[in-house]
Amino acid sequence: MSLNDLRRGQCGTIINVPDENLRIQLLRFGIINGTQVSCHCKLPFGPVVLKYGGQEIAIGRDIARQVTIKAVL
Amino acid sequence: MSPSCCSNTACVEAGQRNIVLVGNPNVGKSIFFSAWSGIYADVSNFPGTTVEISRGKIGEDILLDTPGVYGVSSFNDEERVARDVILTADLVVNVVDATHLERDLFLSLQLADMAIPMVVALNFCDEAEILGIRVDTKLLEERLGVPVVSTSAVKNRGLKEVFAALPLARAGLSHPEIDQAVINLLDRIDTRPEALMVLEGDEVVAERHGVAPENDRERVYLLRRQRANDIVAATVNRPEKSARFRDLLGRLCLHPASGLLILGAVLWGCYQLIGVWVAGDIVGLTEEAIMQGHWEPWIRGLVDPLVAESSVLGQILIGEFGLLTMTITYLLGLLLPLVVGFYVALSLLEDSGYLPRLATFVDRLMTSIGLNGRAIIPVILGFGCVQLGTITTRILGCKRERTIATAILNFVVPCSAQIGVIAGMLAAVGFMLSLTYVAVIFTCLAVLGTVLNKVIPGQSSALLIDLPPMRLPRPANVLRKTVIRSFFFMKEAYIWFFAGSLGVSLLQVSGGLKAWQDLVAPLTVGWLHLPKEAATAFVMGMVRRDFGAAGLTDLALSPWQVVVSLVVITLFVPCIASLMILFKERGFKEATTVWLGAWILAFGVGGLLAQIVL
Ligand SMILES: Nc1nc2c(ncn2[C@@H]2O[C@H](COP(=O)(O)OP(=O)(O)OP(=O)(O)O)[C@@H](O)[C@H]2O)c(=O)[nH]1
Ligand SMILES: [Mg+2]
Repeated sequence: MSLNDLRRGQCGTIINVPDENLRIQLLRFGIINGTQVSCHCKLPFGPVVLKYGGQEIAIGRDIARQVTIKAVL
Repeated sequence: MSPSCCSNTACVEAGQRNIVLVGNPNVGKSIFFSAWSGIYADVSNFPGTTVEISRGKIGEDILLDTPGVYGVSSFNDEERVARDVILTADLVVNVVDATHLERDLFLSLQLADMAIPMVVALNFCDEAEILGIRVDTKLLEERLGVPVVSTSAVKNRGLKEVFAALPLARAGLSHPEIDQAVINLLDRIDTRPEALMVLEGDEVVAERHGVAPENDRERVYLLRRQRANDIVAATVNRPEKSARFRDLLGRLCLHPASGLLILGAVLWGCYQLIGVWVAGDIVGLTEEAIMQGHWEPWIRGLVDPLVAESSVLGQILIGEFGLLTMTITYLLGLLLPLVVGFYVALSLLEDSGYLPRLATFVDRLMTSIGLNGRAIIPVILGFGCVQLGTITTRILGCKRERTIATAILNFVVPCSAQIGVIAGMLAAVGFMLSLTYVAVIFTCLAVLGTVLNKVIPGQSSALLIDLPPMRLPRPANVLRKTVIRSFFFMKEAYIWFFAGSLGVSLLQVSGGLKAWQDLVAPLTVGWLHLPKEAATAFVMGMVRRDFGAAGLTDLALSPWQVVVSLVVITLFVPCIASLMILFKERGFKEATTVWLGAWILAFGVGGLLAQIVL
């Protein structure tokens, strides 16, 4: 599944970010493969807002779709 | 590169050093800059407040404030600006946010790998304390190899201590593997920071040294990320705190339904403050009662016996467009209250942390005009002053986005002073007509954005923005920002107002104004269905748009004529000052296109509307 499929309040672990540019940007924010993030909220057709380690970031739909994750139950 | 420094590792030489404030966006760098240098710098609660380098002096040395960056690299114009200053630094003050060190330490470790002498200011200790986050500063110092000082910049705590620690600045501990790789490059590239940049594949820096960029960015970044995470695991103790009030508020701003409600409330609040209260009540008092009621008769009475109003000089001084009458009235009675009102609203918005959430909220809409939500920030700042908006487009990801955002700013976004005048005039024509005006402008925005998005090749970047916590604006900061920005706005505006009035007066007494009015009468009267005197407002509008809008207030217009004339003046050419910024930021071709395009757009759309409604 992708970041986009997270429901509000659900957690997921990052598995793969295919695009190098995005991978590097996320890495600087502190998100790499294996990082656990939670979905803070989600706008219809719009960005996904993630929460991790005391920080919130908003990620556009188009790139959220590229990020593969595994849901944490 | 640096004038006085031998090598970055051991700078003991006396003389002028470059001391550079470096940190992630929104960590408080500009507070340090202001406190140490005594020079004002904007402080707001959103990433991307500072987009230009500010310079100040401390003692013998130069202090530089940089735009916030997540790492030293060249992903956008803001980062390029910061990168070039950091590469010339003799000493770095790295400001980090104690509430999310895992993010901030990435940059700190990159600076350590550059081996520029540095001191770390562990800021936001007040918030960390409230959240129950504990940082072992001693251990952090040990792991980084540089002095770490706890601070709370807004509370003025620790600023002096960091300053006192500057002589203790040291090059940080580099990651052994990265260290080795950089050393291997030093035979080809003379300074270590630049060698690191080349190692990380920075094309610009590599080209400057005539070498090919290395391909090691990702490996180096991963090593550094791992190290940052390890350091955080060892030094930071973060309890699982449950959501607090401001988390809830932040979430409400983003929820589709409540977010829309909040956006509506914010807009309504701004309209009440600026459109109704300031443009109506306050300006009624200052412009009509004070300036026209007392000042103008008084100054006329004073000047008239010396210089008759009917003479040429009299016309210029106290005539219809008189320097001492109309100009002063516009400036003090109309412009000043509007600008102050506007900057109060803007500062409150900036300091609350709402802007990045608004960017997220409108992201979907913005993507349809080739921008991402982030572009709402320069657009909103542009409502304050189009120049500031144009410069702030540096925070956008690519050239394409900058072009689109700049075009929108310069074509359709009216600036604070102009909005005030417009709001005042719209208040008189009623709700439906005001709505028409707003609809026309928004349609122009949508069409313009869509067309540019279609014709400009390439692809825009997607939204990726960090959301700082919602914070209660500090009254002192709002007040300071309002006063300083209004002051600079007025300082810049007044000279153009005087020059413009002088020009219009001269045109009037020489008969040129009448000739111009007659010349463009086919356009004003025939096409726009406005009285031919409206042509005067267009002359004034070329100097400054707010001046042009103010020029319309005195004409006797029917309600629909008001709407048409406002549409024209809103879409009209950017003022001279904005035009100069436009040339500087976007180059000759783009700037001229915008300027000429604005004529066509303003008269085209205004005329079409006139054909329909008049
Ligand atoms: N509570 C608290 N707030 C702080 C502290 N330091 C800064 N702030 C707030 O953080 C926000 C950012 O401050 P700035 O000085 O504009 O940050 P900056 O690093 O210059 O930001 P950019 O120019 O965007 O890179 C402002 O709203 C400050 O009031 C602190 O120690 N404690
Ligand atoms: Mg700043």
